[in-house]
Amino acid sequence: MSSLRKKIDQLKKPFNKGEKLEKFAPAFNAFDTFLFVPNHTTKKGAHIRDAVDLKRTMITVVIALLPALIYGIYNAGYQHLSQLGEAFTTMDAFAHGAWKVLPMVAVSYIVGLGVEFIFAIYRGHEVNEGFLVTGLLIPMIMPVDIPLWMVAVSVAFAVLIGKEAFGGTGMNILNPALTARAFAFFAYPTYMSGNKVWVSDASTVDAVSGETILGTLAAGKEVAYDSWTMFSGAIPGSIAETSTLWILVGAAILILTGVGSWRIMAGGLIGGAFMAFLFNLWGANSLMTFPWIEQLLVGGFAFGLVFMATDPVSAAQTLKGKWIYGILIGIFSIMIRVFNPAYPEGVMLAILLMNVFAPTIDHYVIQANVKRRKKRLSATTAKSV
Amino acid sequence: MSNDIKIRKGLNIKLKGEAEKIISDAPRSKNFAIKPTDFHGVIPKMVVKEGESVKAGDTIFYSKYSDKVKFVSPVSGTLKEIKRGAKRRILEVIIEADSTDTYKDFGAKDVEGMSAEAIKEHMLGSGCWSFVKQRPYDIIANPDDTPKAIFISGMATAPLAADIEFLLEKRKEDFQLGVDVISKLTEGKTHLSVDKRSASFLTDTKGVELHKVSGPHPAGNVGVQIHHIDPVNAGERVWVINPEDVAIIGSLFKTGKFDATRVVAVVGTEAPKAQYFRLKLGTDVKDVIGEVSTDVRIISGDVLTGDNIGHDGFLGFYHNTISLIPEGNTYRMLGWLPFKDNNIPSMSKTSLSWLFPDKKYKVDTNLNGEERALVVTGEMEKVMPMDIYPMQLLKECMVQNIEKMENLGIYEVAPEDFALVDYVNTSKVEAQAIVREALDIMIKEVG
Repeated sequence: MSSLRKKIDQLKKPFNKGEKLEKFAPAFNAFDTFLFVPNHTTKKGAHIRDAVDLKRTMITVVIALLPALIYGIYNAGYQHLSQLGEAFTTMDAFAHGAWKVLPMVAVSYIVGLGVEFIFAIYRGHEVNEGFLVTGLLIPMIMPVDIPLWMVAVSVAFAVLIGKEAFGGTGMNILNPALTARAFAFFAYPTYMSGNKVWVSDASTVDAVSGETILGTLAAGKEVAYDSWTMFSGAIPGSIAETSTLWILVGAAILILTGVGSWRIMAGGLIGGAFMAFLFNLWGANSLMTFPWIEQLLVGGFAFGLVFMATDPVSAAQTLKGKWIYGILIGIFSIMIRVFNPAYPEGVMLAILLMNVFAPTIDHYVIQANVKRRKKRLSATTAKSV
Repeated sequence: MSNDIKIRKGLNIKLKGEAEKIISDAPRSKNFAIKPTDFHGVIPKMVVKEGESVKAGDTIFYSKYSDKVKFVSPVSGTLKEIKRGAKRRILEVIIEADSTDTYKDFGAKDVEGMSAEAIKEHMLGSGCWSFVKQRPYDIIANPDDTPKAIFISGMATAPLAADIEFLLEKRKEDFQLGVDVISKLTEGKTHLSVDKRSASFLTDTKGVELHKVSGPHPAGNVGVQIHHIDPVNAGERVWVINPEDVAIIGSLFKTGKFDATRVVAVVGTEAPKAQYFRLKLGTDVKDVIGEVSTDVRIISGDVLTGDNIGHDGFLGFYHNTISLIPEGNTYRMLGWLPFKDNNIPSMSKTSLSWLFPDKKYKVDTNLNGEERALVVTGEMEKVMPMDIYPMQLLKECMVQNIEKMENLGIYEVAPEDFALVDYVNTSKVEAQAIVREALDIMIKEVG
């Protein structure tokens, strides 16, 4: 270990202060600090510090994403191969899925991290780890057949306009991954919606329908899947959003490690279930009569709620605010789904909408605290008069 | 009792290296120092020149902006050196001590018959005023103010903090007399908080409103107690005094001498002898702790709020603890992986250390990461047992928005109340420094 360390220190020399490559130090440091937690000691403030840092937090989210990603890779292959009607093994499904999905992940990381590195060097700060999560999320919520250049453009848009334009990590209003998806959704609608994009090569296989369940419902047709299939995820959809089961595993990781806010997830579940149940009672069309439990299982509801809504930067930041934010996301997700057949997937829009309103929610929560303080002040001044 | 304060939020960081409950007399240092940097916001005006001799209690310097507030020598001897830093700022005034102290006689006083004004004059003249600090702003109190209450915290909850009851065990009378003295300084109440579990003499203190406090750190912080007892509103002043300093004030009125004797706990894994020592303010720390390696950080104060005084440093004016922990200037390969390096304590459940709540840890000064933008939410609130939004307040402090800082409760906090925020926050943001800077702006803009 120490010889490796020495080697790195030697390589690092030209990046040190006063040397010629000093400007590019953030780029070097990004790799260096991934190998080693640096030897920085506390300079001011508390002399001891908690073991947690942003790298650890972000990697925990990546770990939580892996079950859904792996299943998504399998399902991409499974959906493609099963429409062909030929016999295939699980390995075949994985192989095909990996062939489709991994290049998307690679493109997303290369483009996104490229932009992050440039901005880190330009602004002279260290590379933030947030994109490790964003860069993985973006391909996970795209349809499998989307061309790689569209992934690249969406990622670049999300990082530049969604994040860096607002001042970088921690300052963005919208969830960057959802910004990428929304961009692709409105820029390339033929690749992002309809009934031929959710299964690999579905457009070339004529007879088979590769519609999502929500798409089927919006068209007023019968759903051909049972609840267990919806839960386990062997259904068409964006790459990693289909399996509620593996998303729940991710949710468990996020909640047990305390990295994801259980309040937002619970709030969203309550809001979504409540809204879907109300629509069941109303029952005016097939999206409304769709059983409320199954409403929660299909589409991106679970994925959005667990991995997107809980993004701490774009979510509400106060405890009470998190509840309100979560519940409203749940309500709006189902409402957009049901009321607007053009956007059967309401989760994305609901979360983006609430991202915009999160600061307002926090404002009113905090205002209550401010009012308490002012009331106390006026009470004491009244007493002394 | 209705005066109980129960703190739920917070964090006890359990560390190895607790001080054994023995008090020894520390060997008398050759040099003592008064450090103007201990008195935030004070610009010293020197009275004594280098080479002049002083008695214990003689004024060394006074505050440029409030010449009534004097700072006196803890020992008798000769002023050896005035150490200056950048811009000729005075860092340390070093006094070479005589072998025994001769004291300036301020005259014993009968507290009973004294007016608040007379007490104030006596404390100002003898240098004891510097023990009285005010909230808001956490600076030395302005003697012209009238505080709405005075607070003494007889409880310490910081990691490895000295046990206040043990420190004061032999000074009960001085403490009571000190309480009698300072309670005359306010028309309001004098509040004393004690550990709920204790049944020590502190609970028998007369002339105070007693509060029994329970809960994790920062329950012992006087700021937290004020917040729960009688919070500071805009424009109000409260005064706070450390309990050991109350005893020093008591002894001043009893004997007429400024006796800067204090018991200090030497703690931490690197302390050759982790125990209590009786010594004087401004002691040269290396004479107390003995030989320590250069890889050790010597902290005057506790590990969360103390000052790094280096290997030639002197005990801080308000400190009752000297903490010695190893420097953490080492690399950890892949140390950012979750559940790796569980020997480092963590409040986050991305480490397994939460499974062992009673384990005591050896900690070093490694930052365990790098500073980042504020991303994670909710963690600061877990260690802030006040009705205050810590992250929102910090952000307003950073952008120096005075009105919003006021609204969010800047008057109720001191840097030390954000020490745990320093410790727990994922982004390694220096919360204490940010709050200190914001308070300085408030002093300038609002006063």
